[in-house]
Amino acid sequence: MSNEEPKLKRDYLDVTGGWLHGLREWIDARFPMSSTWKKHVAEYYAPKNFNFWYFFGSIALLILVNQILTGIFLAMNYQPSAAGAFASVEYIMRDVNWGWLLRYMHSVGASLFFVVVYLHMFRGVMYGSFKKPRELIWILGVLIYVALMAEAFMGYLLPWGQMSYWGANVILSLFGAIPGIGNTIETWIKGDFGVSGITLNRFFALHVVAVPLVILGLVLFHLIALHEVGSNNPDGVEIKKHKDPATGIPLDGIPFHPYYTMKDICGVIVFIAIFSAIIFFAPGMHGLFLEPSNFEPANPLKTPPDIHPLWYFGPYYAILRSIPNKDLGALALLVAIVILFFLPWLDRNPVKSIRYRGPLYRWVLVLFAVTFLVLGYIGMQLATLFWAEIGQRLSELYFLFFVAAWVYSRSRSRVFLVSTFVVVMLIISLLDWMSWVPSIAHLKMWSWLIPFGYCVIFLLWPAAMPRLMQPKPVPERVRTKARHGTQAGVTAE
Amino acid sequence: MSDEIDQSKRHFLTVATVVVGAIGVCVTAVPFVTSMNPSAKALALGGPTDIDYGKIEPGAMIKAVWRNKPVWVVQRGQAVLAELPKNDSLLRDPDSEEPQQPAYAKNGWRSIKPDLFVVVGICTHLGCSPLYVPQPGNPSVGPTWPGGFHCPCHGSLYDLAGRVFKNVPAPLNLPVPRHRYVNDKVIRIGEDPVDSHSTWTEPLVW
Repeated sequence: MSNEEPKLKRDYLDVTGGWLHGLREWIDARFPMSSTWKKHVAEYYAPKNFNFWYFFGSIALLILVNQILTGIFLAMNYQPSAAGAFASVEYIMRDVNWGWLLRYMHSVGASLFFVVVYLHMFRGVMYGSFKKPRELIWILGVLIYVALMAEAFMGYLLPWGQMSYWGANVILSLFGAIPGIGNTIETWIKGDFGVSGITLNRFFALHVVAVPLVILGLVLFHLIALHEVGSNNPDGVEIKKHKDPATGIPLDGIPFHPYYTMKDICGVIVFIAIFSAIIFFAPGMHGLFLEPSNFEPANPLKTPPDIHPLWYFGPYYAILRSIPNKDLGALALLVAIVILFFLPWLDRNPVKSIRYRGPLYRWVLVLFAVTFLVLGYIGMQLATLFWAEIGQRLSELYFLFFVAAWVYSRSRSRVFLVSTFVVVMLIISLLDWMSWVPSIAHLKMWSWLIPFGYCVIFLLWPAAMPRLMQPKPVPERVRTKARHGTQAGVTAE
Repeated sequence: MSDEIDQSKRHFLTVATVVVGAIGVCVTAVPFVTSMNPSAKALALGGPTDIDYGKIEPGAMIKAVWRNKPVWVVQRGQAVLAELPKNDSLLRDPDSEEPQQPAYAKNGWRSIKPDLFVVVGICTHLGCSPLYVPQPGNPSVGPTWPGGFHCPCHGSLYDLAGRVFKNVPAPLNLPVPRHRYVNDKVIRIGEDPVDSHSTWTEPLVW
């Protein structure tokens, strides 16, 4: 520690003036406490133009703490057995002091976790936060997302209601679709010939110990990787390119603490207000967060008339069942998740932020978000022919986003765009021809216009008007309200 | 002894240590991984189970649990049995070529006794339990419905011999378990008939 540093600044943590300061120095000589605090909080320089979308990382962390804390206290009264599980959840709800609050904090927290994580991921795609040098942050993030899905799936079996039981049956039978060893793996996961108390008991162990440890480790890696390369921002410019020559501090950076700790507290307050409102006024969210058929104990003889997963798996469930073939449906579901890992190598456009991407990319991204939401809605509907068909078309749009992101990686020639259009439409028409059913021919021909229209707009139109793919000039420094529009150092890319 | 470091010896020892360590980790993983397979108790509880069908009426269905799965016994009348061959052109596997049943149930009605149909009531698509909809033209399925089993989850359809229709998500016929008639009142699920000498392996999809 240098002697020139003013005492006031050095002792900002030290309110008692005397012995606490000594304690801190005693610890620092034995453990990197102050230096870690400085490196990751007080002197972690984040871009000064973070907006609304940057709330969700810290809120996700808060929910993780909420899930672990409420989970520990729920586990004190929960019984992981086929005979006791359902009754013990009712016991928590009715007889344990404040048990209903702990459970609703946990169940509503799980749903809001996915809301926040989806918004956080969308932010990453919108501002190009997955691009070089942040590919590993993105991959670790998708791993967290996958671990979170496993955690939520196993947690949903624990109340041992009808939807818990049959939802687990449906999802676990997907493992049976693995060629050759599928049944062995399925039995190994269940630990029995069917989903039973044995399955419930091991899901409890995985839900409360194994997966949370994995998630905590991944979150730590996610943050370490982030702090190594520094945060992206809504302008998608690297603040480390312009540092104060004297201090080495990025000119457009501000210390995370106190600036962003204070900002994030504002977000947290709003979040807690919404969280509380749901817990106290609509904990089941009208069947969306807690499904009505799950208030009936598991019955292996009777499937509920309408079986679907919780809303956050809806889009993938819609993709799974839109394909009238078990193996291909399971494969499409798998690819829909795995493709996220490859986004940094599909969208190679050097322009990160949506603010400076071409107009068509903006619309392709908006449409991707809409597609995901509508697929989620379809995943919750009864499997009628109409919804299966629309689900199939929207599944095609889901995958076409990744094609478009790859096509828009750089300016493309007319021949390239037209031939991509032809290849894509040939593949889609071939899939239609292979699954041709005369009884729904009319519906199929009508719905064919959905991917056709999409490809005309996003692949043919830019062939006629190349400026639709043209990015805007990216500023050299981040833009703030004061400097907005009068930016001097604009480079044309 | 010389002070020089023997690099090739050091390399050999490093590789040998890593290889032995990796083998050790793999061997240690065996008890952990194997502990998740069905336990002796689970296997024992999955043994044969008896169903009393003595009082079954025509058109009725008895549901029992075997291996945590529903097993159905359906009494099919002569009229139903006569209608079964008419479905053949609409079915994916009308002759039960896929090994979804023991050899003694590989026939037009997929059962030992033509009128009594014994089947595991789990859809071969994603493991829901289909509904028993024997009435032809039932509005819940459609006017052309010949009667059979309808899965509410993803719309798979089977006829009254558990044979899957074309153009539904389910790939295979409903599985027929091993079963034998102990006497004229009791069916034992999970055991072959005494004289069958079956070498049948269990179906791909339960």
